[in-house]
Amino acid sequence: MPGLIGKKIGMTSIFTPDGKNQPCTVLEVGPCVVTQIKSEDVDGYNAVQIGWGEKGEKHATKSEIGHAKKAGTTPKRKTIEFRNDLEHQMNAGDVLTVEMFEEGEYVDVVGTSKGKGFQGVVKRHGFGGVGQATHGQHNRLRAPGSIGAGSDPSRVFKGMRMAGRMGGERVTVENLIVLKKDVEKNLLIIKGSVPGAKNSTVIIEKLWN
Amino acid sequence: MDLVKYVQESFVEKKDLPSFSAGDTITVYYQIKEGEKTRTQFFRGVVIQRKGSGSSETFTIRKMSGNIGVERIFPLNIPAIEKIEVNKRGKVRRARIFYQRERTGKSARIKERRV
Repeated sequence: MPGLIGKKIGMTSIFTPDGKNQPCTVLEVGPCVVTQIKSEDVDGYNAVQIGWGEKGEKHATKSEIGHAKKAGTTPKRKTIEFRNDLEHQMNAGDVLTVEMFEEGEYVDVVGTSKGKGFQGVVKRHGFGGVGQATHGQHNRLRAPGSIGAGSDPSRVFKGMRMAGRMGGERVTVENLIVLKKDVEKNLLIIKGSVPGAKNSTVIIEKLWN
Repeated sequence: MDLVKYVQESFVEKKDLPSFSAGDTITVYYQIKEGEKTRTQFFRGVVIQRKGSGSSETFTIRKMSGNIGVERIFPLNIPAIEKIEVNKRGKVRRARIFYQRERTGKSARIKERRV
């Protein structure tokens, strides 16, 4: 089994069996539909494509409608591919739900982190800043310090960590535990936090081996 | 529907506790684990706030241990709580009585409320 697409609902806390208060994230996951099986002969590589969320024929392009029709479903808002040698196990049109996850299982969660805007090096790269606020320091408390040598390179090296846009990027968090699941409401409760804002799309990947 | 609320209602067991608010003096009986054994301990003091809502609500109680103030925060629905006794209903004008922290002796008294 590959994984599923879902939506972050929000955070709360539940109590573990040994009585501890455990912060957790609620995710609404699936049901997802297998929209295409890609094969090496036709597409050049093997993969399973799954889709989630109704798009509505009014908003879908003709090619999207035709693509979904081949799998016998409706156009989906979000589609992703998994290349995990699964193509023999599934057929186009199969529905995947939270039932594929077990309570206590480890999963990886992929999300888009919250946009932080233009941030300095202390927040963005974890620089220490200049150590002191007094002893002659002025305006330097959160400054990056030196960004390179002088006349020898005569330039700043590429990839130098500086201030800039932060967040809004794809982040994967590995090995989160599934605390509870609710098959009826398509809910997964994951231990700890998950990247992204409420209502943002997340991908929950089942672990291998 | 609010799915977070649904999760709180379906996965957290609500306790049947007496109603109390800031200013009340209560005794909380709770279990503590010492290695393998569990035993019941109690904590008696004045409720200085109730915070949060739903299953994640907490309350803070404060007592004077000798002349040192001790505060403890309990989640309202934590399984370790056995029972809560309301010893005295206090009459206070606000929901969070943090001014109690600066007071000792005579000025720290709270008027009793008639129920």
